Amino acid sequence: MDRSLRVAVLGHVDHGKSTTIGRLLHDTDSLPTGKLEELEAISKRRGVPLEWSFVLDALQAERDQAVTIDTTRVWFTWKDRRYAIIDAPGHREFVRNMLSGASEADAAVLVVDAIEGIGEQTRRHAHLARLLGLRQLAVAINKLDAIGFDRAGFDRLAEDARALLAGLGLEARATIPVSARDGDNLVHRSARTPWYDGPTLIEALDAFENLDMPAESPLRLRVQDVYRIDDRRIAVGRIESGRVAVGDTVVLLPSGANATVRSIDRWNAPVAEVAIAGESIGLSFHEPVFVDRGDTIAHPEGAPPLDYAFRAVVFWLSEAPPVVGEYLVAQFGPTSARVRVAGIGRALDTSSLADVATGAVPQYAMLELDLRGRVQLPLDTQASLPATSRLVLMRETDVVGGGFVESVATRATNLHPSGHLVTRAEREAVHGHRAAVLWMTGLSGAGKSTLAMALERRLFGSGYNAFVLDGDNIRAGLNRDLGFAPADRSENLRRVAEVAALLAEAGTIAIVAFISPMEADRELARQACGSDFKEIYISTDVETCEARDTKGLYARARAGEIADFTGVSAPYEAPGSPDIAIQTRGRSVDECVDELLTFVKQAVAPH
Amino acid sequence: MPRDADLDELEARSIYILREARRCVAPLAMLWSIGKDSTALLWLARKAFFGAVPFPVVQLDTEMELPEVYQFRDDIAKAWDLDLRVEMCPPEASVDQTLPPASRAAARKTEGLKNLIGHAGYKGVLVGIRRDEQATRAKERVFSPRSFGSDWDVRNQPSEFWNHYTTDVPEGTHLRIHPLLHWTEVDIWRYHERENIPFCDLYFAREGKRYRSLGEKNITVPIESNASTIAEIIAELETTREPERAGRVMDHDSEDSFERLRTAGYM
Ligand SMILES: Nc1nc2c(ncn2[C@@H]2O[C@H](COP(=O)(O)OP(=O)(O)OP(=O)(O)O)[C@@H](O)[C@H]2O)c(=O)[nH]1
Ligand SMILES: [Mg+2]
Repeated sequence: MDRSLRVAVLGHVDHGKSTTIGRLLHDTDSLPTGKLEELEAISKRRGVPLEWSFVLDALQAERDQAVTIDTTRVWFTWKDRRYAIIDAPGHREFVRNMLSGASEADAAVLVVDAIEGIGEQTRRHAHLARLLGLRQLAVAINKLDAIGFDRAGFDRLAEDARALLAGLGLEARATIPVSARDGDNLVHRSARTPWYDGPTLIEALDAFENLDMPAESPLRLRVQDVYRIDDRRIAVGRIESGRVAVGDTVVLLPSGANATVRSIDRWNAPVAEVAIAGESIGLSFHEPVFVDRGDTIAHPEGAPPLDYAFRAVVFWLSEAPPVVGEYLVAQFGPTSARVRVAGIGRALDTSSLADVATGAVPQYAMLELDLRGRVQLPLDTQASLPATSRLVLMRETDVVGGGFVESVATRATNLHPSGHLVTRAEREAVHGHRAAVLWMTGLSGAGKSTLAMALERRLFGSGYNAFVLDGDNIRAGLNRDLGFAPADRSENLRRVAEVAALLAEAGTIAIVAFISPMEADRELARQACGSDFKEIYISTDVETCEARDTKGLYARARAGEIADFTGVSAPYEAPGSPDIAIQTRGRSVDECVDELLTFVKQAVAPH
Repeated sequence: MPRDADLDELEARSIYILREARRCVAPLAMLWSIGKDSTALLWLARKAFFGAVPFPVVQLDTEMELPEVYQFRDDIAKAWDLDLRVEMCPPEASVDQTLPPASRAAARKTEGLKNLIGHAGYKGVLVGIRRDEQATRAKERVFSPRSFGSDWDVRNQPSEFWNHYTTDVPEGTHLRIHPLLHWTEVDIWRYHERENIPFCDLYFAREGKRYRSLGEKNITVPIESNASTIAEIIAELETTREPERAGRVMDHDSEDSFERLRTAGYM
């Protein structure tokens, strides 16, 4: 048996979505025994004429207020085909529920009230239909009884609907004059619209196709979990696109490790050496590769590109707007990534269709968000592979948006978008090395500035273009408005990071020497600099630093003359996994710089 | 014979949900009413986890089930090596007496479930309900957060789309997880038939009557039927216009009786 065709019924509040579905069930003879009598009784008790919508609107609050609150689903069979009809609420307050229902649809019917015409949520739902990738659409102009089945009235509304959809690059397969309440042109062709010779609603549904998961596209499986069974590690997940076979070489992303498929595991199912899109399977490999939840499995040819930054088109669900600089979690199925909002492109109010200010994005806007992860992500785009380009955005535990990856930004142009006619690659070619941000962190007296200056000298002597940023040259000018309170220290580091990123963009090796005691500040710096960022931990222990006390600061801190002194009265959060750690205790400056030079030369070697 | 694409899709989605639940929600348990749905759910758990059900399986017992049900429970628990826990529900006298009589029996199960969550501290409970059973169940989420008192806040459910589920809930609250939400009654039978899943034979007709839905003996009535094979049950369902839960007295006490039960925490 084929799977049911899933159809979402969309449109503005009160335009007759639930009525359409209730009446459709009746006209296809799908209502259970006693339902009609029950509806009559309920309607009578509430003092209203027979309300077909009560078939769907089952909650007391829904019936009392005559409004659909939450999405629901009903099934029926017509001409040997099964349909699952998804009723969506049309009220503005319940757009989140509409999305929950409609996101699973193969096709949609947009219901428009003949008296009211296109409403706010008609436009919004049409936008969402596009976002959800619903290409199979029908429009039902409803309540034709209320305009006396007037053909000209219908034509006007049909044109309005056509224009709305066309503006979104969508087109309805049919635009049908209906009276849902009376059943005109739902299942039975109406005698009251002799001028209409297009399909009835059920005929329009019959012409829609099931959208199956794309078996012919490149392989994508996102790992949900890894089970240990007997001696094997089995990675489990659902194939979102493509196919995989025993013996295939696959690549695990983001690690990039290759592996050969040893088995495709299912329980109590026919043995098959191939699995295709839609299947929930297990995979084991010949090689002892490390695989974990969130990894993407693809074929090496046709694997998604890895990148930090991408632009997403997002439907914003939260009342609190997105803020540049804030962190969100992007969920691509089981793959989850912390991302920073690096920028907001265009934002559109989906009810008025007007552009809105990106500084105060209203709830339910459609917007472009530039997002940047701290690790590389496998990124498919809407154009290349729609299914795996979809993402859900979370703020803490709330879903704040849903959308898709529109484009993957290439690193150099994305970092500091600008109109430079000289590219970074050209600048690097002139210098003969790549640029980087060498971020030295460590306690006061650990040797950061000494090593930074010595390193700068040695690099320059070998033909490298390098420049040190430290407290002396930054705090004296650029940051002279900042003190040493925690917020000022963070702002100080934020500016340093931005300057360092610009220097790197200019092709220079920026050497940064700041205590930068907090992991969070260094994380922000890393975000600002992207993959240019190299964390160098000058790991000299506190006793050694205090014994050196070149500036007498430890003594003053111990005496209580300096508050919040890192290592004495304020914490130092040592880096968990620095790119390199240098212990200076008992070693000469030259020895340490030699070690640094080896690391740096490798890090900036041309590709 | 080609595989049934519809069942394959339903099964793959349920397995996906079960695996998400197992990975993201702990501690986890499954409710087993010993009926056709939750037995199919157990079977799907065996599929998802390669044969062994990796969490406790709980029966909320009212001691009012039919004897065949208990027998079936014990046989399956043994054969499938289940970690079966029986949670005895509190007596009828302890539940809300303003509820209509048949609803009170259901409310006992709600109380049993609350007790279970209270003492076992489950963060997630897998339940085999389906949208097509009942109009308020149709409005459920796959991962449905419940407040401290197990209440269902139907006006304020989280968005759930593109296989992204709410798995993080505050301390003191829990998730009801519904891996069968997208199945219909006939799907369940077709799956039983294809997979050859054992089930309690009260579903087969005896002397012109069979149970279509299994509940406590005091509040469930058998329907007229001669179906004595799954194929006959399926044929019957394809033509019947009787609702599945017609035999469940509690659903029909009043217009809102089932909704009241559910908002108060019933499955
Ligand atoms: N005259 C007339 N009234 C209709 C027709 N269809 C629906 N209605 C009425 O329009 C009102 C709203 O219908 P619903 O079906 O509840 O509308 P809805 O689009 O589902 O509304 P929400 O779900 O709340 O967004 C009800 O009072 C219906 O009786 C129709 O064809 N003709
Ligand atoms: Mg409605």
